[in-house]
Amino acid sequence: MTKNIFKSLLNRYIVITPILLVLIVAQMEEYSQLTTSGTFGAAIRLAIPIMLAGLGGLFSEKTGVVNIGLEGMMIMGTWFGAWGGFTFGAWQGVFIGMLGGALFGLIHAIATVSFQVDHIVSGVAINILAAGVARFLNVIAFEDIAFASSTASPRITGDIGRLTVPYLAGGEINGQETTNLFGFIENLNVFLISDFAGLVLGFLSNISYLTIFALAIVPLSVLILWKTPIGLQMRSVGEYPTGSESLGVNVYLMKYIGVSISGALSGLAGAYLVIAGTGIYLEGQTGGRGFIGLASMLFGNYKPFGILMGSGLFGFADALQLRSPKAVHGLLIIIAIFLFVLAIKTLFEKKYIPSLISLLLSSGFLIWFLNSESIPNQFVYFTPHITTLIVLSFANQRIKLPEKIGVPYKKGELN
Amino acid sequence: MKLSLRIASFSAPIIALAISFGLSSLILLFIGKDPVETFRIMFEYGIKGKSIVSIINRSIPLYISAIAVAVGFKMGLFNIGVEGQYLVGSIIAAFVGSQFSIITPLHILFIILIAVASSAMWAAIAGYLKVKKGIHEVISTIMLNYIGTGLISYSLTNVFDEKGSEYELPRTPELPETGQMPALNNFFRLEDLQDLHGFLFVAIIVGIFYYWLVWKTTLGFDLRITGSNPVAAKFSGINPNKLIVVAMVTSGGFAGLVGLGPLLGYFHRFTIDFPTGLGFAGIAVALLGRNHPFGMGVGALLFAFLERSSQILDLNDVPKEIERMLQAFILLIVVVFYEVIRRFIVKQQVKDASKKIET
Repeated sequence: MTKNIFKSLLNRYIVITPILLVLIVAQMEEYSQLTTSGTFGAAIRLAIPIMLAGLGGLFSEKTGVVNIGLEGMMIMGTWFGAWGGFTFGAWQGVFIGMLGGALFGLIHAIATVSFQVDHIVSGVAINILAAGVARFLNVIAFEDIAFASSTASPRITGDIGRLTVPYLAGGEINGQETTNLFGFIENLNVFLISDFAGLVLGFLSNISYLTIFALAIVPLSVLILWKTPIGLQMRSVGEYPTGSESLGVNVYLMKYIGVSISGALSGLAGAYLVIAGTGIYLEGQTGGRGFIGLASMLFGNYKPFGILMGSGLFGFADALQLRSPKAVHGLLIIIAIFLFVLAIKTLFEKKYIPSLISLLLSSGFLIWFLNSESIPNQFVYFTPHITTLIVLSFANQRIKLPEKIGVPYKKGELN
Repeated sequence: MKLSLRIASFSAPIIALAISFGLSSLILLFIGKDPVETFRIMFEYGIKGKSIVSIINRSIPLYISAIAVAVGFKMGLFNIGVEGQYLVGSIIAAFVGSQFSIITPLHILFIILIAVASSAMWAAIAGYLKVKKGIHEVISTIMLNYIGTGLISYSLTNVFDEKGSEYELPRTPELPETGQMPALNNFFRLEDLQDLHGFLFVAIIVGIFYYWLVWKTTLGFDLRITGSNPVAAKFSGINPNKLIVVAMVTSGGFAGLVGLGPLLGYFHRFTIDFPTGLGFAGIAVALLGRNHPFGMGVGALLFAFLERSSQILDLNDVPKEIERMLQAFILLIVVVFYEVIRRFIVKQQVKDASKKIET
C-alpha cells in the first residue's frame, strides 16, 4: 500500500517536484512573492483568458474541427469587447465581444465544414483576417475620439464590479469590515499552510464578477459535453461522423455549433483581457494567448478541469512575469534543481546521454542563478511561452485525441 | 489534365479577387467613400515608376518568405515560425557580417550562409520538439516566435549593440562597404528612381532552386508524397521523423534569406526598425500562390502592390487599413475557392474516366 502510493507519487514527479520546489524557494525572503495572494490573484486573472481559449478549443476539437484560429477569434473579442464596453458599458461589452468571436467562429465553420477547407489553413487565414479587421474597425470606429489611435481604443465605460468574500477574506458587509481569516494565516508565514492560504485568498479577495462568470463555464462545459444529448452528439461527430450520420445526427449542424461556441468562448477570452484587464483595446494584446490556450487544452487532455489546471500553470508563469521579475529569478534555481532530479532519474533508467545533457543544463542554470541578481526584462517577457514548450514536452505523451480530428467530412463520402 | 479543367483551376484566384474587391467596395460604401474612385487612385499611384520599384523591393522578401513556408506546406508541415526564424538569422548575420571585411562577393556569400545556418538551426528546434516530444509545429513555432523576439531584443541591447556609438537606440554596427549589395539601377538603366535591391536576382534563383528541389529531387518527391498521402509514403519506406526534421531545417534555411534583401540592400544593419511581419505575410502569399514558384511570385507582387498603392489613400481621406482587409479577404476566399474547384476537378475527372470505361 505505502509502496503503491510512493510509486504513484514517483510517477507524477513531473508535476510534484516543481510544486515542492516553488514552495521551498518561496520560503526565502527575497522570493516570497512566488506564493503571495497577490501573485495568485494575478495568476487567476491571467489564467482566465487562457482557460477560456482552451475551452473554446475543446468545443471545436471535440466535434472534430481543429481550431488554430482561436487567437484571431480572441482578437475579435478584444476589439468588440472594447467597442461594446466604450459605447454601451462593461457587461454589454462582454456580450458583444462574445458575439464578435462567435462571428469569426462561424466563418471558420463555413470554411471548414461546408467547404472542407483544410482546418489549419483556414485557422491561419482567420488569424490574419482578424488582425486586419480589428485594425480597420479601430480606425473607422474611433476616428474622431480623443485618446484613441490606430492601434488603441479609448477606455471602456462602466465597471464589472469586484467581490471580496466577507469573514474569510475580509470583505465588507454593509460597509463594515470583517475579519480576514486567510489573510491572517498568510501573514503567519508557516511553511505550506500560509502558501496555501495565499492561494485561497487569491480566489476569494478582490475578484471580478467576470472571473466568477468565467470560472462557472468550466463545470458548465462538463455538463454540456458529457451530460446532455446534444453534447453526446457533438462528441460522436468528432469520433465517428459516418456512424453518427447513420444514426440521424446532423453532423454539419453539430460541427457548426461546436465551432461557434468555440468562437464565442475565445471572444469572451479577448473581452476579458480588455474589460477585466487593461480597460482598452491594444493591438497585439492577445500575445499568443490563444495558442497557449490550445496548449492548455492539450495539457489538460481534452478535459475542462484539466484545462483549468493547465491554464492555471501558464497564468502563474505569466503573473510572475508581470508582478515580480525578482521572483522569476527564483525560477532559475527551481529549474536547476528540477533538471538535476531529471538527470538522476534518467541515470537510473540507464539513459546516459539525456542524463548528461540534463546535468550540464542544470549546472548552467545554477551558475546563471548564482552569478546574477535578476533576469533581464526581455527574458521575463517570454516566460509563459517557454513554460508552454517545457510543459508540453513533458506532458504530451498520454493524450487521447478525438478520432477524426482535422479530417474534413463530406456527406455521402466514406470517411 | 484536360484544357477546360486547367482553365477552371485558374479561375479560383480570379473569383476570389473579384469577390474580395466587391466586399471591400461594400465596406467603403458603408463608411461613405466612393469605391471606384478609391481603387482608381490606388491603381494610378501603384503604377508610377517609383511605386513599381518599391513594389518589387517589397515583394522580394515576401516571395522568399512564401517559399520558406511552402517547403513545409508541401509535406503538410505548418511552419508558422518563419517570422521568428528570419529575424534570428538576420540579427546574427548582421552582426557577424559587420565584424570583418573581405572582397564583396565572398563577403555577401558569407553573410548569406550565416543567416541561412542560424535560421535553420532555430527552425530545427521546432522539428526536434515535434519528432521527440510530439508538440505540434504550429504551437511550437508560435512560441518560438515570442521567445526569439525576446532573445533578439535582449541581444540587440546587450550583445550586438554598436560599441561607442552616440546613436540612442540599440543597433548593430554597419556592414562594411564590401558587405553591402549594390543596387540594380545601373543594370536596368533606371535613373531618377530609388534603389532597386540587388537581392532580386537571389530571389529569382531561390524560386528556381525551390522548383528544382521540390519537383526534381528525391527529397522533394518524398515531401510531396508525404503531404498528399502519408500512409503511402510510410509504406514506400520514407522515415517520417527524419523527413520532418529535414523539411523544418530546409524551411528555416529559406527563412534565413527573407531578411537579407532589406539587410544587404538598404538597412545595412539590424535596428529596432528592421521590418517585421514578413513571416506572417509569407504564409498568406504561399496559400495564395498554392506553393507554386510562379503563383507565389504573382501573389507576392499583388500583395506588395496593394501595400504600396494603399499608402496614397490617407491623403484622400480613406483609411489605408482597407488594404489589410482586402488582403485578408483575398486570402480567406481564395482558400475556400481552391477547395471548391479542386473538388469540382476531381469530380469531372471521375466522370470522364467512367465515360471512357463505358465506351
